[in-house]
Amino acid sequence: MAVLELPEWAALAPALILFGTAMALFIIDSISPRSTNRELLAGTATVGSLASLAVAVWFIAAGVGAPGFEGRGVIELFDGQLVVDQMALYFTMIVAIVTALVSVASYDYLQDHTYQAEYYSLIMLAATGMATMATANSLVTIFIALELSSLPSYALVAILKDNRGSVEAGLKYFLIGALSSAIFVYGISLVYGATGSLQLDAIAAVLQAGDADAFGGLLGLGILMLIGGFAFKTASVPFHFWAPEAYEGAPAPISAFLSSASKAAGFVIAFRVFTTAFPLEATTEVIGIEWTWAFVILAIATMTVGNFAAATQDKVKRMLAYSSIGHAGYVLIGLAGLTTDGGEVVMGAAMMHLLVYGFMNTGAFLFVALAEHWGVGRTFEDYNGLANRAPVACFALGIFMFSLAGIPPLGGFWSKYFLFTGALQVGSTAMLVVAAALVVNSALSLYYYSRLVKAVWIEEPIVERDALAQPTALYAAIVVAAVMTVVLLPAFGPVADTASEAAATVLS
Amino acid sequence: MMIETLIAVTLVGALVTFVAPNRIAGKLAFAISLVPAGLSLWLFAAFDGSGNALLDGDLAFESRAEWLQFGDYAISWFVGLDGISLPLVVMTTILTTLAIVSSWTPIDERESQFYGLLLFIEANLIGVFAALDFFLWFVFWEAVLIPMYLLIGVWGGPRRKYAAIKFFVYTNVASLLMFGSFIALVFGLGDSVTSFALPEIATAMLDGGPEGFLGVGGTSLASIVFVAMFVGFAVKVPVVPFHTWLPDAHVEAPTPASVLLAGVLLKMGTYALLRFNFTMFPDQVEAYAVPIAAIAVISVIYGAMLALAQTDLKRIVAYSSVSSMGYVILGLIAYTQFGVGGATFQMVSHGLISGLMFMAVGVVYNATHTRMVTDMSGLADRMPVAVGILVAGAFGYMGLPLMSGFAAEFYIFFGAFGSDLLAYSQVFTVLAMFGIVIVAGYLLFALQRTVFGPYHLETDYEVNHAPLHDVAPMFVLLGLIILLGVAPDLILEMITDAVDPIIANGGEL
Repeated sequence: MAVLELPEWAALAPALILFGTAMALFIIDSISPRSTNRELLAGTATVGSLASLAVAVWFIAAGVGAPGFEGRGVIELFDGQLVVDQMALYFTMIVAIVTALVSVASYDYLQDHTYQAEYYSLIMLAATGMATMATANSLVTIFIALELSSLPSYALVAILKDNRGSVEAGLKYFLIGALSSAIFVYGISLVYGATGSLQLDAIAAVLQAGDADAFGGLLGLGILMLIGGFAFKTASVPFHFWAPEAYEGAPAPISAFLSSASKAAGFVIAFRVFTTAFPLEATTEVIGIEWTWAFVILAIATMTVGNFAAATQDKVKRMLAYSSIGHAGYVLIGLAGLTTDGGEVVMGAAMMHLLVYGFMNTGAFLFVALAEHWGVGRTFEDYNGLANRAPVACFALGIFMFSLAGIPPLGGFWSKYFLFTGALQVGSTAMLVVAAALVVNSALSLYYYSRLVKAVWIEEPIVERDALAQPTALYAAIVVAAVMTVVLLPAFGPVADTASEAAATVLS
Repeated sequence: MMIETLIAVTLVGALVTFVAPNRIAGKLAFAISLVPAGLSLWLFAAFDGSGNALLDGDLAFESRAEWLQFGDYAISWFVGLDGISLPLVVMTTILTTLAIVSSWTPIDERESQFYGLLLFIEANLIGVFAALDFFLWFVFWEAVLIPMYLLIGVWGGPRRKYAAIKFFVYTNVASLLMFGSFIALVFGLGDSVTSFALPEIATAMLDGGPEGFLGVGGTSLASIVFVAMFVGFAVKVPVVPFHTWLPDAHVEAPTPASVLLAGVLLKMGTYALLRFNFTMFPDQVEAYAVPIAAIAVISVIYGAMLALAQTDLKRIVAYSSVSSMGYVILGLIAYTQFGVGGATFQMVSHGLISGLMFMAVGVVYNATHTRMVTDMSGLADRMPVAVGILVAGAFGYMGLPLMSGFAAEFYIFFGAFGSDLLAYSQVFTVLAMFGIVIVAGYLLFALQRTVFGPYHLETDYEVNHAPLHDVAPMFVLLGLIILLGVAPDLILEMITDAVDPIIANGGEL
C-alpha cells in the first residue's frame, strides 16, 4: 500500500487539504479582490472538501490507524500531540461530507451577498479546526483546535452583517463561546494541576499509577469543566442556549454546518478525552464517582429539553435547532454507556448516528436554506403547500424528517436502534432509563417532524405562489443528502464495522 | 435473483414515474407495473420448492447475503417465497396494475407523484411478503406506511388530514410495540440465535423458546411477546377493537389507495400473524385460543353490524373488511389444515373481492359524485355494466358458490368446526357463520336501494357510462375471483403444502 511509503505527517492529509483550500481561497481573493467569481470560489471549496473526504475514506479503507497491521497502526505525530487513528479519520469524513454539502449549497444561497471569498475560506478554516479536533491528542491541541474552529464560526454566524438577527446571533454565540472557552481552559489547568500532564495518554498513566490520588476534588472539578466545554461545542444542556439563537440568525447553510459538522467535532474530543485520558476505573478511584453519571444525566436532560422545546416552536429553523439539541442528547448516550464492557457497541452506535445525522440534519437545514432563497417565511404556515411547487425537494425533506424522527426504514431509525440496543447491552439500570428516554423522546419528536411534512405536503398554501426557482446547486446538495440518507441503508454494514472498530480501538 | 429483480424493477419504475411529466405518468406507471406483474406470474409458474411455513426446506427463489453485523447479531438480505407468500405476491402485483388503471379517471392532480408512490408501495409490499430476515422484513413493513400516509393525506377526501394522521399513528405505534417485543424475544433467546433470520428464530422458538430477558422468565417472555405481537398485527388487520382507523382511512383515501389498503395492506397483518405468531408460538396459540377466537367472532359480527348501520357505500365496504378479516383470524386459530389454508386463501380472495368492490364504488362515485345510499336509486338503468360488476362483487362478498369467497369461507368454517385445539370450536364457528347472513343483509339492502327501482339521483351531475378503462380492471378481478372460485386448487395446493408442517407441529392435520 502506497500509504506506507509516505512520511508520517502525510497522515494529516485530510486536515491539510482543508487548510490548503482555505489558503487557496485567500489567494484567489487577493488576486482580484473586487470581482466575485462565485463558480470559482464555491468550486474550490467543494473540490477541496471532496478531496479531503476522498483521502479520509482512502485512509480508512487502507487501514491507516487500525491496529494489527504491521507498520500501519495508530500514527502519532509531534510526540503524540496529534494522533491519526480510525476514529479521527471517521470524524474527518463526517466533517468533510458536511463541508462539501454546505459549500455546494452556498453557491446559490450567497448569490447576492458580499464577502464570498471570506465566507468560503472561513468555512474551510473552521473545517480544518474540526478535522484537527478529531486528531488532537493533548488538551492543548484540543483547545487550539477548538478555538480554530470556533473563531471562524462566530464570524460565519454574523456574516450577513446587514441583518440584525445574524449579527445578534453572532454576538451571542461569541459571548457564550468565550465563556465556555474560559471554563474549558480553566478545566484544563485544573486537570494539569492534578496530574501534571496535558497529553491524554500521560494523564491516564498518572491516574493509573495513583499519583493523582491526593487531588481527587481538583481533578473532579476539572473534568466537570471540560464537560462544560464539550457541552458548548455540541450544544448540549446546560450550554445549549446559544444554539437556537445562532442557528436562527445564521445563514441557513451555516446553521447546517454548525449543527452537523461542529457537533460531530465536539463529540470526537469528548470521545477521545474520556476514553483515553480518563479510564473509568482509575478515574473513579481518584475522584470517587464514575464520570459516566455526568453523561447519563446530560443525555437525558439534553434530549428531553431539546425535544420538548422543539415541539413548541412556531418557526421551522428554531424547531430544527432544538431538535439538533435533542440529537446531541442521543449521541451523549454513547458517552454515558462507556463502561468497561459493551462500551464499544454503544459508542460505535453514537458515531454511526453522527454520520447519518451529518446527512439528514444538513439536508434539513439546506431545505430551510432553499426556502430562504425562495423568500417564503419562517413559520410552519409559510411552508404550507410547498410540495405543489417543489415536489422533489419536499420529497427529500420528507426523507430527512422521517429519518430524524427515527422512522424505519431510514438511516436515522438504524442508528437510534443501535443506540437503543447498545444501551440495553450495557445492562445497567441507568442505561435502561436512558434507553427508555430515547424511545419516549423519539416518539415525541415524530410530532414536530411530521408537522413540517404535513405542512409542505398536505396543507393548502396560504398565499398563491408563482413558480419557484430551482437553484441547481442547492437542489443538488439536498438531493445528494437525501439519497445518502437512504443509500446508507445497504451500506450500513461497512459503516457499522468502521465505527465499532474505531470505537474498540480507542477503548482498548 | 428473481425476487431482487422484481423489487428493483418496481423501485426504479417508481422513481422514473415520480419525475416523469404528469401528462404521461398514468400510462407510464401502467406500462411499468406490467413488468412486476408479468415477473410474479412467471415466479408463480416456475414455483417449485419444498419450503414451508416453518421456513425449513428449500424456499423458492431464495437468496441471502450478509448485510451487517451489530453486536452479537447478524442482519442479512434474505428473501425467498413459500406457498403462503407467493400467492400474496402475485395478488399484490396484479392488484397494483389494476389500481393504476382505475386511477386514470379520478386522479387529476400531481399524477406523477401519485403513481410513483403507488409503485413504491408495491415494491415494499413485495418485500414484506418475500423477506425472511426480521430486519429486512421490518424495513419493508414500515416503508409501506409513509407513502400510504401521503396518498391518503394528499389525494384523499375532505377529512383526509385527520384520517392520514390517525392511520399513521395507529399503525406506527402498533409496529413499534411489535418491533420492541420481538427484539426482546431475540435477546431472550440468548446464544441459540446469532442472526435475525426468521428460519433460525423459528427453529429456536420451537426448540425450547426463550431463556428470559431483563429479569422476565422465558415462558412469561414468550407470552408477553406473543400478546404484544398479536396486538401489533391486529391493528394492521384490523380486528375489533383496533379497527377504528380503518373506516376513516378507507373513506378518505382515493379509490386506488383504498384498493391497495384493503386488498394488500390488511393482509400484511394476517400474513405476519401467520408467519410469526402462529408459526413460532404453538404453545401460546393453544393457550390463547379461546380469547383469540372470541376476538375473531366479535370482529365478524360487530364489523358486519357496523356495516349494516352505514349509509355511505364506501363505509359499508370498509366495515365489511373488518368482518372478512375476522374470518381469517378464525381460520388461523382453528389450527387445522383447512382452517389455516382457508385463512390464507381468504387473504387472497378478500384482496381480490374488496379491490373489486372499492373500484366499483369508485366508479359509481365518479359518475354520481355521491356515495350516499339515500341519494340515489335505479342506477342499473344508467350504468348497467359497472353496476352489474358491483352486484357481482357483492355476491362474491356474500360467498356465492363458484366465487373465491365461497371457497375461502367454506374451508375456514370446515376447518374451524373440526378444530381440536380450539375449545367450543363448534359454537364459535356457528356464531361466525351467522355473520354471512348479516353480510348478505347489508349488501342486498344497499344494492336494492341504489341499483334497482326507479332512477333517481340527488346531485346535479349527469350520470354517464363509465369509460372502458374504469371497467376493464374490474372485469379482470371478477375473472380472477371466478377462476379461484371454480379452481381453488390453483393456489390451495401450494398453500396447504406450506402450512402442513405448522399443523403437524402444534395442532393436527
